[in-house]
Order: sequence, then structure tokens, then C-alpha cells
Amino acid sequence: MNDMTHKGLGLATQTAKISASGVQVHYGTNHALKDVDVTILDRTVTAFIGPSGCGKSTFLRCLNRMNDTVASCRVSGQILLEGEDIYDRRVDPVQLRAKVGMVFQKPNPFPKSIYDNVAYGPKIHGMTRNKAELDAIVEASLRKAALWGEVKDRLDATGTGLSGGQQQRLCIARAIATSPEVLLMDEPCSALDPIATAQVEELIDELRHQFSVVIVTHSMQQAARVSQKTAFFHLGNLVEFGETGDIFTNPKDPRTEAYITGRIG
Amino acid sequence: MTDISAAGAVPATKPKNSLFVQDDLTRRRNAAETRFKYYGIVAIVLSLSVLAVMLFTIFRDGTSAFRQASVAFPITLEAEILDPKGARDPADLAKVTTIGYGNLIGQQFANFLIAEGIAVEGISDKDISGMISRDAPGRLRDMVLADPSLIGQTIDFNAYATGRIDGYMKGRVTLETAELDRNVSLEQLQLADKLIAAGILTSGFNTGFLTNPDASDQRPESAGLGVAIIGSLYMMMLVLIFTLPVGVAASIYLEEFAPKNRLTDLIEVNISNLAAVPSIVFGILGLAIFINFAGLPQSSSLVGALVISLMTLPTIIIATRAAIRAVPPSIRDAALGVGASKMQTVFHHVLPLAMPGILTGTILGLASALGETAPLLLIGMVAFVTNYPSGPFDGGVLDPATALPVQVYSWASRSDPAFIERSSGAIIVLLAFLVIMNVAAILLRRRFERRW
Amino acid sequence: MSVFLLLVVIAVLSVAGYVLCRQRALKSVDGNIRRLHSLPGYYGWFGFILASVPALLALALWLIIQPIVIERQLSGFFPAEMVEDPSARTLLFADVRRVAAGLDAAVAQGAMTEDEAEQVRTDAGSVRDRLAAVGVALGAEVTPEVLAAAQEYREMARVGVIGRAILTLILSVAGLVFAIRATGPDFRARNRVEQVVLALLILSSTIAILTTVGIVLSMLTESLRFFTMYPAADFFFNLTWSPNFRGNSELGLIPLLWGTLYISLISMLVSVPIGLFAAIYLAEYASNRVRSVVKPLIEVIAGIPTVVFGLFALVTVGPFLRDYFAQPFGFGNSGSSVMTAGIVIGILNIPFISSLADDIINAVPQSMRDGSLGLGATKSETIKKVVLPAALPGIMGAVLMAASRAIGETMIVTMGAGAAARLDLNPFEAMTTITVKIVSQLTGDTEFNSPETLVAFALGMSLFVITLGLNILALWIVRKYREQYE
Repeated sequence: MNDMTHKGLGLATQTAKISASGVQVHYGTNHALKDVDVTILDRTVTAFIGPSGCGKSTFLRCLNRMNDTVASCRVSGQILLEGEDIYDRRVDPVQLRAKVGMVFQKPNPFPKSIYDNVAYGPKIHGMTRNKAELDAIVEASLRKAALWGEVKDRLDATGTGLSGGQQQRLCIARAIATSPEVLLMDEPCSALDPIATAQVEELIDELRHQFSVVIVTHSMQQAARVSQKTAFFHLGNLVEFGETGDIFTNPKDPRTEAYITGRIG
Repeated sequence: MTDISAAGAVPATKPKNSLFVQDDLTRRRNAAETRFKYYGIVAIVLSLSVLAVMLFTIFRDGTSAFRQASVAFPITLEAEILDPKGARDPADLAKVTTIGYGNLIGQQFANFLIAEGIAVEGISDKDISGMISRDAPGRLRDMVLADPSLIGQTIDFNAYATGRIDGYMKGRVTLETAELDRNVSLEQLQLADKLIAAGILTSGFNTGFLTNPDASDQRPESAGLGVAIIGSLYMMMLVLIFTLPVGVAASIYLEEFAPKNRLTDLIEVNISNLAAVPSIVFGILGLAIFINFAGLPQSSSLVGALVISLMTLPTIIIATRAAIRAVPPSIRDAALGVGASKMQTVFHHVLPLAMPGILTGTILGLASALGETAPLLLIGMVAFVTNYPSGPFDGGVLDPATALPVQVYSWASRSDPAFIERSSGAIIVLLAFLVIMNVAAILLRRRFERRW
Repeated sequence: MSVFLLLVVIAVLSVAGYVLCRQRALKSVDGNIRRLHSLPGYYGWFGFILASVPALLALALWLIIQPIVIERQLSGFFPAEMVEDPSARTLLFADVRRVAAGLDAAVAQGAMTEDEAEQVRTDAGSVRDRLAAVGVALGAEVTPEVLAAAQEYREMARVGVIGRAILTLILSVAGLVFAIRATGPDFRARNRVEQVVLALLILSSTIAILTTVGIVLSMLTESLRFFTMYPAADFFFNLTWSPNFRGNSELGLIPLLWGTLYISLISMLVSVPIGLFAAIYLAEYASNRVRSVVKPLIEVIAGIPTVVFGLFALVTVGPFLRDYFAQPFGFGNSGSSVMTAGIVIGILNIPFISSLADDIINAVPQSMRDGSLGLGATKSETIKKVVLPAALPGIMGAVLMAASRAIGETMIVTMGAGAAARLDLNPFEAMTTITVKIVSQLTGDTEFNSPETLVAFALGMSLFVITLGLNILALWIVRKYREQYE
């Protein structure tokens, strides 16, 4: 998958994957997101940080139209995935979500076997012709999620029986099994202990080589550790967006500085 | 950690394509999605339309039960027939049977028609008197016995027309069906047309349907729900008296005091299982325990109420416990904190706060009890009862009675279509009671609804 | 002293107990309530309880035991063979009681003097006629034994009434005196009263157990009696059901069980898909507005009495199926049929299934749905592949409960399924069920002690065991399912 562009890992080859401009989100009468412009690059980890309720998760959920499932939610503005407006009338969210996968805050494996959890996406999207292909996808995904070694002997065991960190890596494997182009992660480590968190963070760093990863996080340290780009949200506004190093060492906006130094949060 | 070499084993994935173009698979999947959604809509439409059809047929068949054809004509209570001795002695008056009165009514009605100049060719006297309900002689006799001074006078008498004439006015009996029916003749129907034209045969609101007792197969026109309504009323009163205190007491114990032990577990399991025992089993219990063993009178509202109470108790306990559980622990802590005993906490604070919920649950429990039929059949409430039970304080709960749903059943199992009309009419009355109870429960819930 | 009068006296004594104990408590501390252990009202209630509860318990016990004792004593009046058979015995004592009541009535109306009632013999004219004159109708002429027993009965009842009055009054007064003497500033009246209240609460909650015991005992004893008259093996395995008033009945359970299960099966085929799809639509697709209208409307079905469904089956569904399906396709021409009853029971069970399934589907965590939708699954794929499998055990439980309800349903089958017991596969044929036969055998005119009547108890026992088994299984499955998410 996209292996030909994979040689140098140089940042110079990065192109814009998603570009959002003028995005507004309303929940009923609540104006949750105000005029957000963000460009998300290919093969980059972009972190969204900000205090609770700042709109960072809302924006993340706009990127694969998960907000469609909330009846009172209205989205306006433009979000382009490789130049195509994902809120266009012709776009089927089902196809979109196959390209833009998502990992959730709390590990949510289905009450099925580990194998069936990973095979679920490829099956519904009709990605394989036979069992062998499916087996290959499952194995590859579990390997990429750094879980293969731990579960290869018990693929038939139920996914809910794994530890928290394993469950979350299983959910990541499940998400990458459909070979998405963008992987959205909504606070993927908030329900995990420090060791599991470290494993998942390491994994995110690996995934950067193949996917464009967007991660919402509460922890500034995490953002600094895993991301190349950081966006700071506050009260529904995108306050600052830039290189992670710049944001943390040299914030331009006083609000960003206040947040980073712990005065607002 | 990523095994890049393994990634190479992944078969070539679908070619890149535009989001704006739906591929075949997505189209098929979306079609399946739409189909699935329509299954749900179809299921809902189906169940609601069945409900609508059922209510429609019941109201179509049943509303006519609230109208009844009757014949009004003057009748002279001739002394030589009703009191041949002329002494107005009650014992003598009582010797004249309903047959005597029947003859008098038939004769007077025929005379009246001659005087009015209404005649149909070829109609026999028997046919003419046969248009008046067989219920009329009994009523006239009761009137005379209650007030002997009427003898010799001419009074305006209003008698029910028979079920077939009534059915003719409601369109249930037509000239075609009458030809096949030996209970009604074409001449009678022709006469009925003329009587309607003359304003003698009229149709009006049928108060008797709500007040009369049941009547035999031959006179559906005088069958009413009087005894059934009283029976149901008695039963509901007794069920309320039996279940509310016991149900509340049991719920308080289980929710607030019961230790976690075998006995409590046993009670819990028992309650949830009793709620699912078929109602007819309770009927068997009632027959064996209350009638055969305890010797309580058959067909009485008391036995009916006992059986239905045992049946309703689990429902009421479940609802009451939910209401008690809904009172937040902070209230209990507050009361215990100022030094109230556990018992005082429960009775002063928890119970009053849970009361609206308890009453709502109880009313709903009573509503379902009101419609219960099967167990009542087994304890003899399906019997043919023509006497009103006595007042509730004169042992009326021991007198034979029927209940509304049982009356529905027993009328439905009679052959005359006039009884199907009555049966549907009885359902309308029953449903009216249920609607009232449910509305009361909803209002109660709205009025006292509390968000903690 | 009549029971009513006794109750009035006990009530008066109890109220007196309340007032006296309360006053005594107050007086013992010269009106300074702070020195009392409990509030004055509790002393009052303690007096009330002691004056009433023991006396009422004694009265209740007396009322239960007296007839048994009298009956045992009176057995001596009759030859042993007359009182051996329990049912003959019951009838005999019913006669005795009626004659005794007749004599009472005669005395009360002045048609007989008290002496006459005690002395009268059957040879002195027909007792039956004399009693008929005072409004007590007897079925047959009174035998000398019955008359003598009735006179003895009156005598013993009179003694009983006096004994009963003395015992209860003594207990009531003794309780009152004890309560007054116990009252004092240090007496813990509140704790005592609360103990009694707690005992009442416990007593109330054991009624559920007593009911179950009553059900099991009543059906078990009568079923055992049935099996002494009719072999159990025949009942369970005979393939014919043909009761006969003159005896020699064949009372096989199998045809009834077949009808029951067949009708239940058809009802499940109606209610499970419709109820499930309705629940899925309401839980996953419907907007809040649609949901708030449709859900109560579907629940209206559950609030309609079953006898209404019975009439619907009899008047509408039955003839409809007969005229448009059975007759045109040559399946028979019966309005009441397995199909009629099955479909109508199915309709009855729709709200039951849909509301249980709705609860169960809603109990599946939203994160499961998000996970699936986030992978690009459609809603229906999410439901079919994630939500339903997760909810499956709970839904199985709901289906089992619905099956148990269908099996125990009575009115719809009584009015819509027919009365003919047969083993047949044609669903447009009239068949009958266990519940129908319980009703018909117990409401018929057959003698109570014949196997034809008693078979109803064996049928009831079978029904009870089947439905109880299904429910226990269902509750167990549902509980397992709940634990999964807790």
C-alpha cells in the first residue's frame, strides 16, 4: 500500500491529505465549533489539544462524518479529502469511513473473537475474495498493531478478554484492516495505564509511516511525544496551528501559552 | 515493531477511486440498508394497523349495543284479568303469572294497531305480539305488583322490541336474512317499517344495556351489564384493599429491611416467577383452595377478588419496589443522620416520596386485573346471574356475580348475532374503564413526577 | 356473640389500650416527654397492638379449627362407610350444615321454638317441608342421622361461640393490662412497636411463597387423586383425548400438548419477527418524535384484555382466514383453527417482545455502535453483525418468556382454536390446547370427583411445570446477559 512513496520517509514528500476551511458545527443552538481552518498532511501525526469541551473531538468526528449519527448536529464549511468535499451530497459516509478510520477513547472491541474483530471491516467492505486473503489481512493488521505476537495463538478467543492496552491495540488493528488513508484517534490512551500508553504511543509513531494520523489528546506531553503538527483548540476556536515544536516552545497566542503552562485547562 | 515484510503479503486493495462515485458493493450495501429499515417500518405499520382494525371492528359491531328499539303504546291494565277477585290482595295479584301479562300485552298491542289503522296483510296475532320482547310481561308485572293502584288505569307502556326487530333497525337483519330465519317473519319486518313511519317503533339510547342484568338466549334485547359492572366494581375494590397494603408492606421489607439470605432470595425468585405463571393456574388455585377447601361461595366477587389479588400482587410488588428504589439514598441518610430509626425513616420519608409511583403502579395493576378473564371462568363467575348482588356491606361480595370481561366471553359464546353486538358493546364499556384508569395513572405520574 | 360484635369489642379495647397507655406514659413523667424513652404515641400503639393482635390471632385460629373439630366429633353419628370417601363426606357435612342453618332460620323466624328445634325428630312430620316454609330449600329428605348430627352441630356451635368469645376477650383484656403495666419512662415502646411492624412486613412478603406453595399443593394433591383413578402412563403417553361422561374416558395429554405447541409456534412466527423489527426500528432508526408516539401506541396492544383478542379471533380473524385462505385452497372450512389462535396470540405478544427487545438493544453500549460505524459499516450491518449478536442472549430470554405466555394463554385459544383434540399438521384445522381443556373440564357439569374433572388439575400441573421451566431458563439467560455488561 502506497509503498512506492515510502522510501525516504522524508518530510519533503508530504502532501495535504485533508484540508478543512471555515468549518462550523452547531449542536442544536450550541455553536460548538467556529470557523476552523486546518490542513492535515499525509504521513504525519497531527495532534489536537485543548481543554475539555473545546471542540477538538467534535472536529475529529467531522473528519469521517461520525457526527452524522447525532441528530441535532449541523456541520457547515468545507472539508476536502484529497480534493473531494466529504460533505458533498454524492458522498456516502460508509465509503468515506473506510478511507478515514477511527479509534475511540474507550477500547470497544466487539464481543466476538479477535479474528472476527479484525476481519469485520474487510468483510463488510468486500475487500477479499477468499479466506486466505482475509487471513493475510488479519495477520498483517495485527502485526502492524504490534499485537500479533501476543494473540497469534488465540485468535478465536473473545476480544473482550484482552487487557485494556491489548484491547486498544486490537481496535487499532481493526481500524487499519480496511487500509484507510487517515486514522483518527479520539484520546486513545485516556483509559489505559502508563505502560499500555507507552506501547500505543510507540505504535502511533510507527503508523505515521503509512497513514496520516490525527490524534485528540488531553495530555500535552503525549502530543509533544508523538505528533509533528499540533492544533490548539479553545472554546470552539482553533487558536493556533503549527509545528509541534513551535507550539510548545514558542507559542504565538497568549491563550496557547496559558494552556501549556497550565493556567487554563 | 511493524512488520513491513508482512505488509507486502496483503493482497492489492481496491484501486483508488473518488468518493463521489459509489462502487457497486456500496450501492448494494445501501440497498440492503434501505430494505432493512423498511422491514422495521413494515413491522410497525403492521402491528399498528392490526390494532386499528381490531378497535375498528369492535366499535363497528359494538356501538349499536348502546341503541335499542322500543315500542311505545298505551296499555289498559284490565282489572278482570289482573285481579279477578277485585280485592287488590297482594297474594291474589301475585297469582297472575307473566303468561297472563303477556297475553294482555299482546292483545292490547294488536288492538292499538287496529285503532291506529296499521295493518299488514297476512300477519298473525302471534307475529304481532312476537315483536315485543319477552322481557315486557315481567316488567309490567313488577310495575303492577309494586303499585296495585295502576290496575284499571291506562298507562303509556314502553317495551323493548325483540332482538330481530332491533337488528332490523340497525341493519343487521335484512329482508334477505329474514327469509332464512325462523325467528322473524317478513310480515313482522313490514309491520316494523309502518310502525317506524308512525313513530311507534323508535330507537333510543339503551340505558338498560348498562343497568339490566344478563338475560336468557331468547331475549338478547334485555341483556345488560348491570350485574357484571357491579361484580367488577366489587372485585376491584377488594383487590385494592387486599393488594395495596400487602404489596407495599412486602416491598418495604424486601427493599429496605431484608437481609441478603436464602429466604430473601427465595421470595425474590418466587415473585418474579409468579408474575409469569399463566393466569389460568391461579384459577385452579382459587377453585381448589378458596372454594373446595375454604368453602367460600362459588361465583362470588370475594373469591374472584382473592384469586385476582394473588395474581396482581407480584406486579404491584415489582412496581412498588421500583418506586421505593427511585427515592435517592441521600434522603435516607439525611433522616438517619438526625437520629430517626430505620422504621421512622421509611415511613416518614421514603414511603411518602414513593407514594405517587406506588399508586401509579397499583392503578396500572388494577387495570390489567380488570381485564382478567380466564381464572374467573374456573371459579364459576361465568354463571348466568340475573339477580343483582346485595350492597357491599350486606354481604354482597358473597353473592353470585359476573365480571365485565367474563360477560364479554359468555355473550360471545352464544349463537344469536345480537349477542355478538352486546359482546362488542361490553368491550367498549370495559375499554372505557381501562382508558379512565390509564389516564388517571398518567396524570398522577405527570403531576408528581420528580427528577432527583 | 357474633364475630362482628367480637371485632367491635376488640376494636374498642384496642383504642382504649392506645389512650390508656399513652396517658400512663405521660403521667409517669409528669408530662415531660423528654424523659420518656419513646414518643408517647408509641406507648399508645404498643397498648393498641397488645389488645388487638393476640386476640385477633386467636379468633382466626378458632374460626379455622372449630369446623374441623366439630366435623371429627360428628363423624360418630354416621356409619363408617359413609364418611370414608372424602367427597361423600364433604357432601354429607354440607347437608348437616344446611339443616342446622335451616333450624336456626326456623327459630329466628319463630316457626319453631328453640326446644322444638333441639327435640324435633324426622318421624314428626317432614323436616324438609317445615324448613322450606322458612325459606331453606333442601335437595332431599332429611335422614335421621343428618338431623341428629345437625342438632348436635347446633349445640356444639353454640358452645363454640361462647368459648370463642371468652377466649378472645380474655386475651384482649390481658394484653391491655400487660401493656398498661409495662408502660413506664424506661420502657422501650418504639422498639417493641417496630418489631411488630417488621413482623407484619415479613409476613406480607412471604405471601408470594405461600401462593406458590398453594398452587403446587392444590394441583399436586388433586393430580395425585386423578392418578389413582387414571393411570399416569396413559395420561402422559396416550394419543387420544376423548372424555366420556359415562366413564371409560381416554385422557391423553399428547394431542393437547401438540395443539398447544403448534399454536405457540405459529404465534412466535408472528410475534418474534414483527416485535423484533419494530424494536430495532424504534431503538436504532426512529427519531425521538416518532418513538414517543409509536412506542406507547404499540404498548396499547399490551393493555387490551385478552378476551378482546379472543372476540377478535372469533368474529374477525377466524372467518377471514376461513373465507380467504382455508376454503379457497381446500385446507378445510373451520373458522377456529390453529392459524387463527396462533396469529392472534402472536399479535398479543408483539408489544411484549418489542418492549423487552427494546430494553435489551438499548443496553448494548453505544461504543459498540460507534466502533462499527467508525469502520464504515452501515447501520443495518452494525445492527445485524454487532448489536444483535451482543443482545442475542437477552433476546433469547425474551423469546422464551413470550413462548411461555403463548403456552399459558387461555381466552384466545378458548374462543379461537376450537375444542377438538387432534394430532394434525394442517394449521387451518381446529385443534385444542391444554388451557382450553382445563376450562372446559372445570366448567362442565361433570361430578367433581370424576377423572374427567380431576384431569384438569393434572393438565394444570403440566402447564405450570412447562411455563415455570421456560421462565426459569429465560430469567437465567437474561441474568447471565446482564452480568456481561456490569
